[in-house]
Amino acid sequence: MNLPDFDYYEPESMQETCKLLAHLGGRAKVISGGTDLMVKMKHALLSPEVLVSIKNLSQLTNIYYEKGKGVVIGASATHNDIVNSPLLQEKYRSICEAAHHMANNQIRNIATIGGNIVNAVPSADLPPILIALGASVKLVGCSGERRIPLEEFFTGPSKSVIAQDEILTEVIIPDQPATGSTYLKFGLRRSGALAVVGVAVAVTMDGDICKDARIALGAVAPVPFRAQKAEDLLKGKKITKELLEEIGKCAAAESNPISDIRGSAEYRRDMVRVFTKRTLSKAINEGHV
Amino acid sequence: MQAIQDKNGVKHFLITLNVNGDSYTKAVKANALLVNVLRNELDLTGTKKGCELGDCGSCTVLLDGKPVDSCMLLAVYADGRKITTIEGVAQNDKMDKLQESFAENAAVQCGYCTPGMVLSAKALLTINPHPTELDVREAIAGNLCRCTGYVNIVKAVLAAADEA
Repeated sequence: MNLPDFDYYEPESMQETCKLLAHLGGRAKVISGGTDLMVKMKHALLSPEVLVSIKNLSQLTNIYYEKGKGVVIGASATHNDIVNSPLLQEKYRSICEAAHHMANNQIRNIATIGGNIVNAVPSADLPPILIALGASVKLVGCSGERRIPLEEFFTGPSKSVIAQDEILTEVIIPDQPATGSTYLKFGLRRSGALAVVGVAVAVTMDGDICKDARIALGAVAPVPFRAQKAEDLLKGKKITKELLEEIGKCAAAESNPISDIRGSAEYRRDMVRVFTKRTLSKAINEGHV
Repeated sequence: MQAIQDKNGVKHFLITLNVNGDSYTKAVKANALLVNVLRNELDLTGTKKGCELGDCGSCTVLLDGKPVDSCMLLAVYADGRKITTIEGVAQNDKMDKLQESFAENAAVQCGYCTPGMVLSAKALLTINPHPTELDVREAIAGNLCRCTGYVNIVKAVLAAADEA
């Protein structure tokens, strides 16, 4: 299975990259790890005339903490860079766990967080937990940079607000009072399977009262989204088994899944109920973000 | 990375790969996949092609010590990097203890997945010399075997770890 011909550039700076992308317009695609792009090009679902590699933008691989800003994950950090990051293991273990459940080890060594987001696949594993943690993304283009909340980034399957001349350079997770966060993926196999349902939550508990909560669902709508009615039901309440069941039902009602080879819409919706309960229990009981 | 044109005006890129300790400079087109350069240009056919979509792991090689699917990587991506293929695992004609262990534990049936399995296992034992069974199963989760049912493969990796 070979790739069609295409031209290829490896710009050395962000500015050069954006200029090149603006100049090439729709003929070009950005390539980072390329694990998604290669499959689409081999299947002729995408046939870019030019690939612009961002591998020489080495500053994009950093994962660091900046006071007042939060944890910054460079767009070219691979899933395994995230899994093995001592900073993330300490501050947001749930992100490491979500990254660990993506595909398999070989792919995790190449596939980047930027690609996982920009491809805008509804079942992607990182967006739900990042949305639950209130992450935003930095987009850099010819006319400057902008920062937007990740939950406003996606506009549909394979669609987002990113402009042709823009690249996603970093993901920022702000400091927050959350006491627990978790991502649970329901896939048909433990490895190498896309999520049938992905549920991420971040909760701020005060004893057994939930002060604040964010619930983000993946693979059950055209874009990952927050189940805000379920969140509202949870806020200010004492956690009981009955309440969690009610929240699960509410999140299920808010989801809008499709039927496909991995599961029917009805089944997916019921799995949202189950996994929302399970994810909340885990985040509340384990008590770490 | 230098771009050159061949006599027909087709753009090629000069890449340098360090494969199993030897340095090679090759002129490749942008769409050349690493697996094809290894197999067709360098005659290192121990690296296999299976699904060619990053699911089966037959084409696993180590890129700077980490397992990757060489069918999913552009050769230009690997420019300047260190690659280990199955041909580079044995040293001085002596099989690696992992390879010995695969043979001793009957972890090989048709053998097609074996190069990738050995490389994934090799990378695991380098960072985790005393893995649990779960560690081994996770490390080889990206390597599909349709013959063995994995039991003897896991056994072989654990035995090689014990021996170390």
